[in-house]
Amino acid sequence: MVTVRFTSTLARHLPIKEWEVPAGTVGEVLGAVFDGFPPIRSYVLDDQGTVRHHVAVFVDGSNIQDRQHLTDPVPDGGKVHVLQALSGG
Amino acid sequence: MQIWVGTRKGLFHFTLDEKGPVLAHTAFLGDPANLVQVDSRNGTVFACLSLGHFGSKIQRSNDNGETWKELPMPVFPEKPAEAEDLDPIRKDPLDWSVKQIWSLEAGGEDQPGRLWCGTIPGGLFTSNDCGNSWSLVTSLWNDPARRKWFGGGADFPGIHSICVHPEDSARVLVGVSCGGVWQTEDHGATWRNTAAGMRANYMPPEQEEDPDIQDPHRIARCRDAPDRLWCQHHNALYRSDDGGESWVDLGTPAPSNFGFAVAAHPKDADTAWFVPAVDDGCRVPVDGRVVVNRTGDGGNTFASLDQGLPLPPAYDLVYRHALDVGPDGRVLAMGSTTGGLWVSQDGGEHWELVSAHLPPVYAVRVVGDPS
Repeated sequence: MVTVRFTSTLARHLPIKEWEVPAGTVGEVLGAVFDGFPPIRSYVLDDQGTVRHHVAVFVDGSNIQDRQHLTDPVPDGGKVHVLQALSGG
Repeated sequence: MQIWVGTRKGLFHFTLDEKGPVLAHTAFLGDPANLVQVDSRNGTVFACLSLGHFGSKIQRSNDNGETWKELPMPVFPEKPAEAEDLDPIRKDPLDWSVKQIWSLEAGGEDQPGRLWCGTIPGGLFTSNDCGNSWSLVTSLWNDPARRKWFGGGADFPGIHSICVHPEDSARVLVGVSCGGVWQTEDHGATWRNTAAGMRANYMPPEQEEDPDIQDPHRIARCRDAPDRLWCQHHNALYRSDDGGESWVDLGTPAPSNFGFAVAAHPKDADTAWFVPAVDDGCRVPVDGRVVVNRTGDGGNTFASLDQGLPLPPAYDLVYRHALDVGPDGRVLAMGSTTGGLWVSQDGGEHWELVSAHLPPVYAVRVVGDPS
């Protein structure tokens, strides 16, 4: 199993919690979360399923390489963090 | 009367009575509310949010702002792998992904639940269930001319004006920056560009009259005389007398013919309001003096109204959705990029400052009794 955590800034818009889902690719891991809580999908991915421009996804501390097809692996016991890229004023 | 105000930092709802405006609600404080719309058929309020990190969202209130429910967003279909869809100016790939809701209008009285929704990057969507689900209008999206549209103000093109014909809901006109004026007479099954007569001085001479690259900043239709439309274009003011089939250049009234907003009197076909600024290279009021330009004779002459508006130096700019007139034709409201909000209860002759300290205003809607 892997752990998925979302930035606390999402709590302004949605109820968020920490998720435990099976290991797999980033797409499979996030897909399992979206299956459990569909509204969060559009906050993380755009219409084409790509990571939103101002959202960052880390696996065990490293920014993922494939933001389009989400093929980076998440090993068993891994930690996924969905964060916001800093911007604005 | 009620006034809804969408700003960079939230949505504000004012009620207006003989004592003046009173703040009734705030919602989504801190979040950009780039558009607000009220369905006059049933009073439903829609707030469109542009969450910087997490995308555009639509919220709906069925109890006049007491509670809100997030709706599904319009979503583009999967972009075909072979589709080369580029911004024609910069050659950047055009994402098939909704960047922003830029217009939202109710369908006709005979179409309960029908909504039309215009977006950046140029997709038009419809809903038949008050926004619970959406469909892309593929006839317009797949029109080859759509590939000629490009961004004006935003990085990608957008549909900012949707004018449903009040007597025939099959007839809908949309304004596109930069893509001209498009009309359907069959509920959106087919479309044609009717921007003939417009001229784009920001293009090479060979393309100035191309309807597909015109930049109408905002188009407004007279409710009771629907063949009369008004357009604040990027470099001109236009009037149409034939339902948007052709456009008459209204010249350059003082202090300028540049601006973003236009409001059409709902009853008097010859009256409309504009908010001028210097030009596209200097988007501030001329001489630092905020005025509303009103015509009462079909655009032959204009009066610059400023009673109650800020004295120079003032640098308030009014965006395309931030001027509105109520259904009685007398109450107007206007919000600015520097957070000013004004109300007029006499057709623009006199203005009352509601607040000088709102966040930058993106959208204003006046709701009330048509009598």
